[in-house]
Amino acid sequence: MKSLEELKAIRERMQGQVGMRSESATDTRVVVGMATCGIASGARPVLTALSEAVAEKKIENVIVTQTGCIGLCQYEPIVEVLAPGQEKVTYVKMTPEKALEVVEKHLIRGQVVTEYTIQNVMK
Amino acid sequence: MTELSLHVLDVAENSTKAKASLVTISVSVESAADKITISIIDDGCGMTKEQVARVTDPFFTTRTTRKVGLGVPFFKMAAEATGGSFSIESEPGVGTTVCAVFGMSHIDRMPLGDMNATIHQLIVMHPECEFLYLYRYDDRQFTLDTREFREILGDIPFDTPEVSAYLKQYLSENESEVNQGQTNI
Repeated sequence: MKSLEELKAIRERMQGQVGMRSESATDTRVVVGMATCGIASGARPVLTALSEAVAEKKIENVIVTQTGCIGLCQYEPIVEVLAPGQEKVTYVKMTPEKALEVVEKHLIRGQVVTEYTIQNVMK
Repeated sequence: MTELSLHVLDVAENSTKAKASLVTISVSVESAADKITISIIDDGCGMTKEQVARVTDPFFTTRTTRKVGLGVPFFKMAAEATGGSFSIESEPGVGTTVCAVFGMSHIDRMPLGDMNATIHQLIVMHPECEFLYLYRYDDRQFTLDTREFREILGDIPFDTPEVSAYLKQYLSENESEVNQGQTNI
């Protein structure tokens, strides 16, 4: 059985690092719909992929979070990117692979992946 | 839904929306009795008798945005399709208990799926809520209690990458030890 001793070691390491940052108004929020419709169409692995990629690539000022039903159930899994001062971007019918592309292109390089946006998919 | 673990995520999300401070999730596999029992118990705001009576009706929801609420009816249907059973009990101000029993070897039982992904996501995404997870396979079991973790961590949040990775390992190592190579789940 994995022990809690390791967790204590993590705490010891972390306590040295001051300034754990909390959410701020300048953060970009990446929101995944996690209601029945989202979960049934595959939102859980999408959220996992996004959080892991953002942590792994140490992307700063990005918060990955979840919400309820966005109201467009037929387009789930839906990922919204809300950057301060910019128009909301809604990505639809997402997969973990598409999510990683959004991380690379949109979150890191600032280019919206138009191919997966709702405007493009609804056309 | 394609996995039982997705139903657990969905129903446990209801608990967090009901402002629960503790959600207890238990998955118990009893191979001799050929059944899998899943329960989700919360101490959230609970429901009135009228609401409980209607909650398994897909055309009932407390949301005002639309007229359907499919999470609980889906879970009930999934259990009953395997010759199992489903129950939901609730009391305003006390909380809600959902319990589903599945016929383990029934052809219509969906796989349990990635329970660890469900538990991990619930914990990391809901720092305001404590989770107690019990996983049992016959006479072997393990538990994860976020209150124990929090006591050690102090104010270090669960979504810190190191802590999040530890949680993942804790779940997967303990689960595989409990399963001991069983793959029929």
